[in-house]
Amino acid sequence: MSAQAAPDTVFPPPLVQGGRDFHSVTETICGIVEAPPTKKWFISWAFALVWLSILGLSIAWLFWEGVGVWGNNNPAGWGWPIVNFVFWVGIGHAGTLISAVLFLFRQRWRTAINRFAEAMTIFAVVCAGTFPGIHVGRIWAAYWMFPLPNQHGLWPNFRSPLLWDVFAVSTYFTVSLLFWYVGLVPDLATVRDRAKTKLRYFAYGAFALGWRGANRHWQNYERAYLILAGVATPLVLSVHTIVSFDFAVAIIPGWHTTIFPPYFVAGAIFSGFAMVLTLAIPCRTIYGLEDFITVRHVENMNKIILTTGSMVGYAYAMEFFIAWYSGSVYESFAFVNRAFGPYWWAYFIMVSCNVITPQLFWFKKIRTSIKWAFVLSIFVNIGMWFERFVITMSLHRDFMPSSWDYFTPTVIDGLMLVGSFGLFFSLFLLFLKFLPAVAISEVKGVMPQADPHWEGYHDHHGDPAKEAGHG
Amino acid sequence: MAEQWGIVAEFANPARLLDAAHALRKEGYTKFETWSPFPIHGMDDAMGLPLSRVPWIVLAGGIIGFATGLILQWWSGAIAYPLVIGGKPLFAWEFAVPVTFELSILLGSFGAVFGMFFLNGMPRPFHPLDRVKAFRRVTDDAFFLSIETADPKFDLGSATALLERLGGKDITEVEA
Repeated sequence: MSAQAAPDTVFPPPLVQGGRDFHSVTETICGIVEAPPTKKWFISWAFALVWLSILGLSIAWLFWEGVGVWGNNNPAGWGWPIVNFVFWVGIGHAGTLISAVLFLFRQRWRTAINRFAEAMTIFAVVCAGTFPGIHVGRIWAAYWMFPLPNQHGLWPNFRSPLLWDVFAVSTYFTVSLLFWYVGLVPDLATVRDRAKTKLRYFAYGAFALGWRGANRHWQNYERAYLILAGVATPLVLSVHTIVSFDFAVAIIPGWHTTIFPPYFVAGAIFSGFAMVLTLAIPCRTIYGLEDFITVRHVENMNKIILTTGSMVGYAYAMEFFIAWYSGSVYESFAFVNRAFGPYWWAYFIMVSCNVITPQLFWFKKIRTSIKWAFVLSIFVNIGMWFERFVITMSLHRDFMPSSWDYFTPTVIDGLMLVGSFGLFFSLFLLFLKFLPAVAISEVKGVMPQADPHWEGYHDHHGDPAKEAGHG
Repeated sequence: MAEQWGIVAEFANPARLLDAAHALRKEGYTKFETWSPFPIHGMDDAMGLPLSRVPWIVLAGGIIGFATGLILQWWSGAIAYPLVIGGKPLFAWEFAVPVTFELSILLGSFGAVFGMFFLNGMPRPFHPLDRVKAFRRVTDDAFFLSIETADPKFDLGSATALLERLGGKDITEVEA
């Protein structure tokens, strides 16, 4: 018996559980798309739409009245809109990380969650892109952000990190969308081929582009996917690096530090994985995906949260150390003010949610508990929003005490933050209902039966072709 | 009689399909194709396919993106509207790195995705195999192998016999 028990401890449990065959995988995942929307779905979607409308109305009011509807003041010229931008763009990082980086590292457990995470990325970047777009003040001149020929013959200043950010975020959005779509094509073909109504056949067929699973197609497809993963990996690292340049290239104490790029990237991965868990845990129960998104998947994500959370904690500590070690009074003051100044409560929330609570994942019991993972992921979401708030609020006390002020958000600030969740969830719920939420062809590809050398196909150790011919 | 496109047979699992592809290649067939719900490891070798040409398209896209990024920033800042900002030179490669990098990635990705669609001849709304009702299961759990009549070695009788011997089931003739 001991000889039999040994392999179980060496090899991890199978990625797809429940003893499924290919057809049952198709049935479960396509079943979600094919079933009519439930009452619960409509209620959730209506709720999200209400908040989306509130976001729309707040933006309309902003355009009508001007940026004075926000709490932004002088010196805190960057208020919640920037906090929300960095918050959402950070969440958007887990999607490409799961699709690209884990793909390159041959982490095959990613197949169950990559579709989810990529969809989350795209919708999070939509939310993120909204905020700088409406922050320009004179909205009718928003197109000046792009290098377009205009009536003044002027071009953007390519030395500005804010312009780099325009390129980074729009490239990130486009590449994430392409990555997501390429992954979807074979699965859209699956839905097309199962379609019982003409409308569904043509709607999914149009986007499946005539995919039929030819091996010559798979060959190009796999090569394109590998290369996309290869180019998306430096891209995902570059995007949050460039977002951090928005701050780090400025000369504000507390911003002008070289630790910002790695610290922002670690934080982005941290918050992104937390959001994947926040979304995936309810979905796996509601849609019966427990065989695909297993405890092993949750545990792996928790390990990544623990790792990146510790990196973020290290960065907080190192920032403080460097502020003291630099001998710069402004730098030291900025950090003492963060922790003990008027926004001490925000700093306290940030450290508790980002550094302290994720440490509970050292315990295997907590790491493998779905409930704990869900609760702690929410803590991380909250903590990472406050991290961006704490960083942005470095502005409120800069070099000259005569210009110090306290930033207080307005109701519109609050409505826009909650409204951006409305935008996110109305898109995400549409995705869950109308697109395969798990990558069907990829999941089939990691099942043992997908390997032509699987032992189940070679019982007699003979030439299978010959046996089949004689049988 | 309508013109024939070829014949198609269903195979029980990836292992049989792989062996069949191997055998067809040995027999000297060239215009045959395997169809599966997911890529099968080792199939490219079994069919004797040359390497995919997608990487070259990506490289071309990346180079175009790189050049666009550099030229855009140099031309707009130093030629079209020279503007001295902070007494700095009108162009320097250092500040041009982020935008150049992002554009290289962007156009390289376009190359990967649209190049793949182009090489695959997609979108392809109709294919002769769409006439075979059972073929719809190819995106679910079925494995198929087809031989085109355009193959120089194609002969209906011997091809059918070969597919049968290799374990192919429901061998069907397909109209063009």
